Amino acid sequence: MSASPLDPAVFAELQAATGADFAAELAATFLEEAPGMIAQLKQAAAAGDGDGFRRAAHSLKSNANTFGATALAALARQMELSGLGGPAPDLAALDREYTRADAALRGLLDG
Amino acid sequence: MAEALGHVLIVDDNKVNRLLLARNVELLGHRAEAAENGKVAMERLRAETFDLVLLDIEMPEMDGFEVLAAIKAAPELRDMPVIVTSSLEGLDNIVRCIELGAEDYLPKPVNQVLLGARLSSSLEKKRLRDEQKRLLDRFATHEVALDLQNSGFAIGGKRLTASVLFCDIRDFTALSEDLPPEATIELLNTYYTLMFDAVSSNGGIVNLMIGDGLMALFGAPQPLENPAQSAVAAAGEMFSMITVLNQEQRAAGAPEIRLGAGIATGEVVAGYAGTDERAAYTCVGKTVNLAARLEAHTKAAGRRILIDRQTRNSLRDPAAAERIQQVAFKGFSEPQDIFAL
Repeated sequence: MSASPLDPAVFAELQAATGADFAAELAATFLEEAPGMIAQLKQAAAAGDGDGFRRAAHSLKSNANTFGATALAALARQMELSGLGGPAPDLAALDREYTRADAALRGLLDG
Repeated sequence: MAEALGHVLIVDDNKVNRLLLARNVELLGHRAEAAENGKVAMERLRAETFDLVLLDIEMPEMDGFEVLAAIKAAPELRDMPVIVTSSLEGLDNIVRCIELGAEDYLPKPVNQVLLGARLSSSLEKKRLRDEQKRLLDRFATHEVALDLQNSGFAIGGKRLTASVLFCDIRDFTALSEDLPPEATIELLNTYYTLMFDAVSSNGGIVNLMIGDGLMALFGAPQPLENPAQSAVAAAGEMFSMITVLNQEQRAAGAPEIRLGAGIATGEVVAGYAGTDERAAYTCVGKTVNLAARLEAHTKAAGRRILIDRQTRNSLRDPAAAERIQQVAFKGFSEPQDIFAL
């Protein structure tokens, strides 16, 4: 997990395609929404709700890919695929990756 | 030519995805609206008019698979193009979307160029389908249009017995020379509205309009109990309607119009002719030629409606038709028996 939390090329592409202002607003929306998605994912894991867990992981993966948060996306994808059937998901790792992605994205927005 | 703009419904439970897709769609020049799950989407699709749906699969309440199934099960929504935009895992899920009737699958994050191309192509296909339906409705009765829609648009012909009616306005060219162009078109539109009414209320379809003339078909594509009787009834209605129109024209100091009509009954070859891109329901054969010759002969004979022997023999009251002098029409080896109504 030492790779860069954010692929700047992906975010630059998003800016080019949708406009810098819109990309910034979208990133801000993601930063507002993502903690809720992670909370849902944890709740679902605690309640043994496999569908809810898979859906939350799927949403997080999809959004992380949009901003080039590849490490976060990879972790979310892994959770979506394995679901709650196997060994307990590494929720702490998810928190760590999200914190890194959050900081990197805020850095881009402020820069 | 400016590309037709589409009204697109985006269905996604994720806010970031909804905003991003809406932005992409709007940047491509289309109008975008969003629904946050399948249930809301179905309600909106039933209540409003959209041209295309961008559908996510993983959603609470009602997922994308269920939405696809519901759209295909609803006759009024069946033709709605649906493009699935998702980051689904597994090829089998993508195959399932296509099998459920999705037009295409675009992986997320959606590539803007690819989205643009898919939207244009799907909207163009829908536009052509809608156009085809509108044309069909215009040239056929609603029942016939539905029947044709259900049986498909396969190019191919059928040999069947039908009655063909030709009618046109006598000396319309001379009449239109005295009228301003707008008045000419307005008069033609009124005339065509009345003629279409007379044809379709008697179970026929208008399948050709040239200038001030039209050709109508009775007994094809839908069978009629007595095509000849229906064609004659339609011709009768045409003349009654024109009589009323002429009273109005006279009152307005506008020129009156005179009609001529010819009807022949017999074997025709009818079906869709053309190419896969452009086809029309049409009808050919000796019966069609004879009807056209009869109509052209009304002026020389000084009669309003001329019919051939087979039409006359099929009438409930054949005696109502008066036999007039035979004519050797061009293209026919024998002189034809002609009857006037």
